[in-house]
Amino acid sequence: MQVFLQQVVDGLTWGALYAAFALSIVLVYRASGIVNFAQGEMAMISAFCAWQFHQWGAPLYLAIAGAMVVAFLFGALTERVLIRPLASSPNHMPLVIITLGLMLVLNSAAGWIWGVQSKEFPSIVSGPAITLGPVAMSRQSVVIVGAVVVVAALLFVLFQRTRIGLAMRAAAGNPESAKLIGVPVGSMLTIGWGLAAAIGALAASLAAPQLFLQPNMLVASLIYAFAAAVLGGLDSPVGAIVGGLCVGVAENLAGTYISWIGHDFKQAVALALILGVLLLRPEGLFGTRKVARV
Amino acid sequence: MSLLAVHDLHARYGNAEVLHGIDFDVPAGEVTVVLGANGAGKTTILRSICAMVHTSGRIVFDGRDISGMRTDRIARLGIAHVPQGRGTFGDLTVEENLLIGGYTTSQAATTRSIERWYEFFPRLRERRTQLAAGLSGGEQQMLAIARALVPEPRLLLLDEPSLGLAPRITQEVFRALGQINEDTGTTILVVEQNAHLALEIGSSAVLVDAGRVVAQRPAAALAHDDAVRRAYLGY
Repeated sequence: MQVFLQQVVDGLTWGALYAAFALSIVLVYRASGIVNFAQGEMAMISAFCAWQFHQWGAPLYLAIAGAMVVAFLFGALTERVLIRPLASSPNHMPLVIITLGLMLVLNSAAGWIWGVQSKEFPSIVSGPAITLGPVAMSRQSVVIVGAVVVVAALLFVLFQRTRIGLAMRAAAGNPESAKLIGVPVGSMLTIGWGLAAAIGALAASLAAPQLFLQPNMLVASLIYAFAAAVLGGLDSPVGAIVGGLCVGVAENLAGTYISWIGHDFKQAVALALILGVLLLRPEGLFGTRKVARV
Repeated sequence: MSLLAVHDLHARYGNAEVLHGIDFDVPAGEVTVVLGANGAGKTTILRSICAMVHTSGRIVFDGRDISGMRTDRIARLGIAHVPQGRGTFGDLTVEENLLIGGYTTSQAATTRSIERWYEFFPRLRERRTQLAAGLSGGEQQMLAIARALVPEPRLLLLDEPSLGLAPRITQEVFRALGQINEDTGTTILVVEQNAHLALEIGSSAVLVDAGRVVAQRPAAALAHDDAVRRAYLGY
């Protein structure tokens, strides 16, 4: 029982990270209707930026905040320069190829600038793990879960309680109508990409102490995040969070209790999940069902 | 005094030109009806005004040339457009649809305006927390009209408000439009298949055929012109 609870708690920590990455994927999907395959590499580069700012002497939390700002600008710039020129075409394939290209470029760029050797990334908090009855949780895990809760709450307030958030939802739901009532739809999409990148930067910087800093640090996490986003529904922020937590727990439990999966084969759980959801319920748990007339 | 004047307007989708140089005026404070057969280019006229197709020519709104401006900037000037199919935001609630309608005005003015349109369309108040997608066709049309009016536009463009509505509901919608024009003085330009109903509230009509304006006449004169009546009004 204790092992089970501990695995659930560990799963929730990782799940919170997957939820954050899944949120990035969902925000971009809602804005531009595509999955940004470079989302993980953008977050990875941002974590390197945070590390660099820290090396230059900034306190860690400021370094991470700075990296989030850089990520926001980079995300916004990506939308403007790489995505917007081709966004009006009904064929999304070129955009998907562009994000795949961006992924490769960023991955190589990180190796070129900072080298491929793993670097240590400091935790925001140190000290002994916190024990709650039978389970223990590292302080960094508490920070991760807390940060994701705060991000989710801020996004909720943004989308439900502010005018600009409402405009972003309107622009995502029906861009043409949004323009007709005076919403600058282009700017809303740019903000969506920026927010997505900033959330990714935060999550990557919080995961970095565990994963170590290197260009491929987020490859596995991103696969889980895709699974989480698909499970929750690609256009649902709530779904991304629920999906992330489910994937985190499921992955951890499968690795512990199903012996032939073990630690090394855990990613197969994510792929099985993606496949299963796409076959049985393509719109995910909370997504909108797309009706196509043919 | 015309609020909107269109001069030598050409519009195209890709390489296909749909409007071949049209001219017409929309007098301030009145209801102008655009009549014509399917495919004549009526919808394209409205879409041209809001820069949603490639156009050339001049579109002057309130003395200002708006051709070449971006759609959202044009909306800011006070031109509201209820597109064909109503264009409500299905995954937003009725109230959220109205709130976003006031995007170009202050929060306070929006709240006041929404209250006013709730008075006018009590059904919308009853359904304020429901998602727009769940409304009936008539309710959606009312929501689309109310949303367009929230920022107190000077010109309201309507594209086939009767589309997909039962005749009784269509009559209700047109009665409401006539009332709105009377109460607020909002200038209205409406494209409509149901010429008979539209002319009841319209003071003049623009007759469109194959991408050209054939004539612009006072509504009263149309009923007496047999040739026009047969060609455009279908009776």
